[in-house]
Amino acid sequence: MTTATATRPAAVSIELDDVSITLGGRPILEKISLAVPAGEFLSIIGASGSGKTTLLRLIAGLWQPTAGAVRVAGSLVAAPSRDVAIVFQDYGRALLPWRTAAGNVSLALEAMGVPKSERADRIHALLTKVGLGSHAEKYPTQLSGGMQQRLQIARALAQGASILLMDEPFGALDALTRQALQDELLLLAADTKATIVFITHDLEEALYLGDRIVALGSNPGRVITDVPVALPRPRHQLATREHPNFVALRRQLFDVIEGLHA
Amino acid sequence: MIRARALGLFRALAVPVTVLVLYELWFRLTGQDSDTLAPPSAAFSAFLEAVRDGTLATATGQTFASLLSGLAIGGGLGLASGLVIGFSRRADDASFLAIEMLRPIPSVALLPLALMIFGFGYRMEIFVVAFATFWPFLILTQSAVRQVEPRLIEVSRILGLKPLSAARDIVLPAAAPRLMTALRLGTGIALVVAVTCEIASNPQGLGHALMLSQETLRPARMWAFLFWIGAIGLTLNLSLLRLERWLFAHRGDYDASVAT
Repeated sequence: MTTATATRPAAVSIELDDVSITLGGRPILEKISLAVPAGEFLSIIGASGSGKTTLLRLIAGLWQPTAGAVRVAGSLVAAPSRDVAIVFQDYGRALLPWRTAAGNVSLALEAMGVPKSERADRIHALLTKVGLGSHAEKYPTQLSGGMQQRLQIARALAQGASILLMDEPFGALDALTRQALQDELLLLAADTKATIVFITHDLEEALYLGDRIVALGSNPGRVITDVPVALPRPRHQLATREHPNFVALRRQLFDVIEGLHA
Repeated sequence: MIRARALGLFRALAVPVTVLVLYELWFRLTGQDSDTLAPPSAAFSAFLEAVRDGTLATATGQTFASLLSGLAIGGGLGLASGLVIGFSRRADDASFLAIEMLRPIPSVALLPLALMIFGFGYRMEIFVVAFATFWPFLILTQSAVRQVEPRLIEVSRILGLKPLSAARDIVLPAAAPRLMTALRLGTGIALVVAVTCEIASNPQGLGHALMLSQETLRPARMWAFLFWIGAIGLTLNLSLLRLERWLFAHRGDYDASVAT
C-alpha cells in the first residue's frame, strides 16, 4: 500500500477508502468511502448504532480500521496528529476539572511547546473568540453546559488544526444555547477555513450548518445518502430554515432516515 | 453560621460528655476501688501528670517518628508500585500472585521476623508500619490509575502530549483525590500498627507507655494514654479530611460527601 501520493489533489482533506472496522467480532462500519474537500463543512447524520462516533475516531487516528485506508492530507493516519482536533459530546468528561478555563486551553499550547511567555496572550485571544474572555479563571464545573462546550472548542482551536471533528457537540444543550453555538461555530468556520466534520442526530442542525450531508445506515454503519446542501451563506436561523431548498432537503432526508427505522 | 456550628459541636459532644459524667458519678457514688478502672477525673489528672513529667511528649514523639517514617517508606513504595501495575497489564499479571499471597499476612505477624532482623528500636517498628501501609497505597494507586477518565486519555493523545507530561498533567491530577484517600487510610493504619508494635514487643512510644501503666497498676494513667491515642487518631483523620476538601473542593469530579 502506498502512503502519500503526489498526484492526489491537495484540495482533498480527508479521504476514506473502503474503510471497515469490526469491534469485538461485530462489524461497526462497512466499506465506507468518503472524500472531504479542504474547507468543507460536512454534516454526518445517522441513528444510534450507525457508527458515527467510530467514524470520527478513525479519522482522528484514535482507532485503526480493520480494512481500508484513512488518509488525512494525503497521508495514512496511523496515530492522532495535531492537525486534527476533536470536540467531544461529553464536555464534562473531556475537560480537566482541576484546571481553570485558561488552564484547559493552556494544555493544548503546552503540548505544542508554546513558550510560557506567549501563552497568556494566546489563551486570552482564544477565550475571547468563544465568548469566555471574562471567565478565564473559572473551573469547568462553575461554567454552564454551553460555556463548557465553548471552552472545549477554544481548546480545539488552540491546536491550530486544519481539521475539526465534532461529535454531537450540542446534543446535550438546550434549544436556545444550541442555536447560539451553531451560529458561533459558523463564524469560527468561516474565520479559520478549517475542514469540519460535524456529527449530529438532528437533521435540521445538519442542514443548517453543512455544505453537504452524509447519512449513515445502521448495523453495520454504511453510507446511504450523500447530498450537497445548496443553501446560501451566511446562514440565518429563520431565513435559512424557511428557504425552499432547506424544506425540500429536510423532506427528502427525513424520508430516507424514516426508511431506516422501518 | 456560627450558631449552626456551635449547635453541631454541641450535638457531637452530647453523647460522650454524658457518658463520662454518668461514669464519674457512678464511680464516686458507689465508692469503687479498682485496679483496672479509674474515674475520668483521675484519668485527667494522670494525663496532666504525664504531660508535666515529659513521658507524654517523649512517647508521642517516638510513636510519631516510627509512624511517619514507616508511612513515608511504605506509602512511597506502594505509590510507585501501584503506578507501575496500574499502567502495565504485564506488571500486574506478573505481580498478582505475589501480592495476593503477601497482602493477607497480618502486619503483627511480622513482628518476630522484624525483631530478629532489626532488634528493638525504631527500625523494626518502621519496617512493620511500612509493610502495613504499603498495601492500601498499592491497591488504591493502582485502581486510581485504572479509573482515570478514558476521555481524558483520548484528549491527551489528540493533543499529542508526551508520555511524561501525560502522566504529570493528566493521570496524576486525575488520580489525586484517590491518592489522598490512600494517604488518609494509610495514616490511620500506621497509627494502629505502630501502637500495636509497641504494645506487643517494642519498648518505646505510646503503646509501651500504655503497657507500663498497666503493669505498674496505674489504671488512671493507662486511661489517660488510651484517650490520648484516640485524640491523635481523630486529629490526624480530621486534618487530612480538611486538607482533602481544601485541595479538591473546586473540582467537579470530587465528591465532597465522601469527606464529611
